[in-house]
Amino acid sequence: MTPAELLHHWLQRQLPAPTAQWIDAQCAVLSSNPRERELYMAISLVSRKLGKDDVRLDPSDLENARAARKDWDPLGWSVDQAGRILFLLASSAATDKFKGWLDQLCQTADVGELVAFYRGLPLYPDAPLHQLRAAEGVRSNMKAVFEAVAHRNPYPREQLPEGAWNQMVLKALFVGSALHPIQGLDERSNPTLMRMLCDYAHERWAATRPVSPELWRCVGRHADQAALADLQRVLDTGTMPERQAAALALIDCPDPAARKLLSRVPELERAVTGRAVTWESIAPPG
Amino acid sequence: MRFIDPHIHMTARTTDDYERMAAAGVVAVIEPAFWLGQPRTSVGTFVDYLSTIVGWERFRAAQFGIRHYCAIGLNSKEANNEALAEQVLDVLPRYLPKEGVVAVGEIGYDDQTDAEDRFYRAQLELAKSFEMLVMVHTPHRDKKRGTTRSMDVAVEHGVDPGRVVIDHNNEETVEEVLDRGFWAAFTIYPHTKMGNERMVEIARRYGSNQIFVDSSSDWGVSDPLAVPKTAKLMLERGIPRADVEAICYGNALKAYGQSGQIKEDDWLNPPAIDQRVLYEGNSVLRGQQPRIDDLPPIPAVKEEIVFK
Repeated sequence: MTPAELLHHWLQRQLPAPTAQWIDAQCAVLSSNPRERELYMAISLVSRKLGKDDVRLDPSDLENARAARKDWDPLGWSVDQAGRILFLLASSAATDKFKGWLDQLCQTADVGELVAFYRGLPLYPDAPLHQLRAAEGVRSNMKAVFEAVAHRNPYPREQLPEGAWNQMVLKALFVGSALHPIQGLDERSNPTLMRMLCDYAHERWAATRPVSPELWRCVGRHADQAALADLQRVLDTGTMPERQAAALALIDCPDPAARKLLSRVPELERAVTGRAVTWESIAPPG
Repeated sequence: MRFIDPHIHMTARTTDDYERMAAAGVVAVIEPAFWLGQPRTSVGTFVDYLSTIVGWERFRAAQFGIRHYCAIGLNSKEANNEALAEQVLDVLPRYLPKEGVVAVGEIGYDDQTDAEDRFYRAQLELAKSFEMLVMVHTPHRDKKRGTTRSMDVAVEHGVDPGRVVIDHNNEETVEEVLDRGFWAAFTIYPHTKMGNERMVEIARRYGSNQIFVDSSSDWGVSDPLAVPKTAKLMLERGIPRADVEAICYGNALKAYGQSGQIKEDDWLNPPAIDQRVLYEGNSVLRGQQPRIDDLPPIPAVKEEIVFK
């Protein structure tokens, strides 16, 4: 099944019959030569018609999602978000103006709509066309909108250029968002990002403000000498989650000096090599 | 006691205000679209303003645990630029059906010109076709006649008075508004219009049926704590508690609740998606523990500086 078919199926089985019929009627209009007004009216009305319950998904649904679109993760989507994205997908097949319409919709969107539009990024046609849109979402001051792009979304990992990617990771730390829901964190780590994050840690230390243990996840793999000195400082003086994070970063680092550092704290070394401590286990909840 | 401020222009207010309002027990606000103190010159600035109200401002309020709703419309002052007003009328349908839009508003008369009349009527028709409530701004000058005319025209267009809030009432207008079955809102301004002392007397005389208060705070001298402060004064002056609750919370909820877009559950029991996405654990719902017993304290301006 396609992502649109899955969204349709999930909504149909969960919503009462009159609502399901309303969805079908909108999809019929939107998939055959729709006008822009029909799209924005349908999308605006979604929260009034569908409500805001969570979409009920079981493990097999999530598996189907991943099969329909690589790494697609609809866990935590609500029915209004699913409905809005379904309508966008229905119209995208029938218009060559999709990108323009999406831009216009974003311009006049309420906060719930923005979250839905950005969560839908990995499902829209012509993925590379939406890079600037994704970067705009990352620039948002609304944490919910930022996280709609950054969290549980394969689009940034696949499409964002390195500069935009690095800004996204740094901004997540800056606004207090967790890193672990970002897809592709390890594979897209890079020396520039490593440098930016270490600088950021120094800024926080200078202001005697706490540093998220997750920061070190994107440091280990590319750690240079200065970064290793930072990791040693964390090992020596950090809180327990910070020290665990430093140990995790050190086993990621190919430099033999990293393993030497780690061997000085055998109990942490055992914990990370035995996977008793992982990036997920040290992450803040949420 | 909980409060709703059903008319306040939060885009013009600071985060200090949000903090003080939340601390004083304000759980929800309604922000009607209005003018910015000087006239806009293009439709694009209206689009950005309306998008701000439904987007950024809603998020900003949520950070303080306050639910933000709005009314969407073309205000009477700017209706006088007819060429621009026509373009604004064309973009309103993009906003009216959105989540949390409780009414068409604030609309009505300012100078009571022909242009104002034209766009007031056009928006009454919009409200009918979108099955929406109406929030009416009554004029500051020639108030009594303007208020009567606002109601006459609404009735002429077949709008049910029970779905219209007539705002900025005073002692001269309230009786007719209530007699005709409209909702009567009172703006508590520090220096002009209604002060809280006068409001106490109105509550004493007319009771709490179909009446509620708001602050209409904006970029001018105004008090975002006007609703809780008025409640406090009413209680001190012996107005029954049930009446105070109705005037400062329940009636606004009843009036605008007819839209289906504002419900007590929104702040007492928010949907899981809103808790995850809009209200992040720490600062928010914790500040909103129901305050059953006493009036919350009216906080002073917060004097605390944090470097970001």
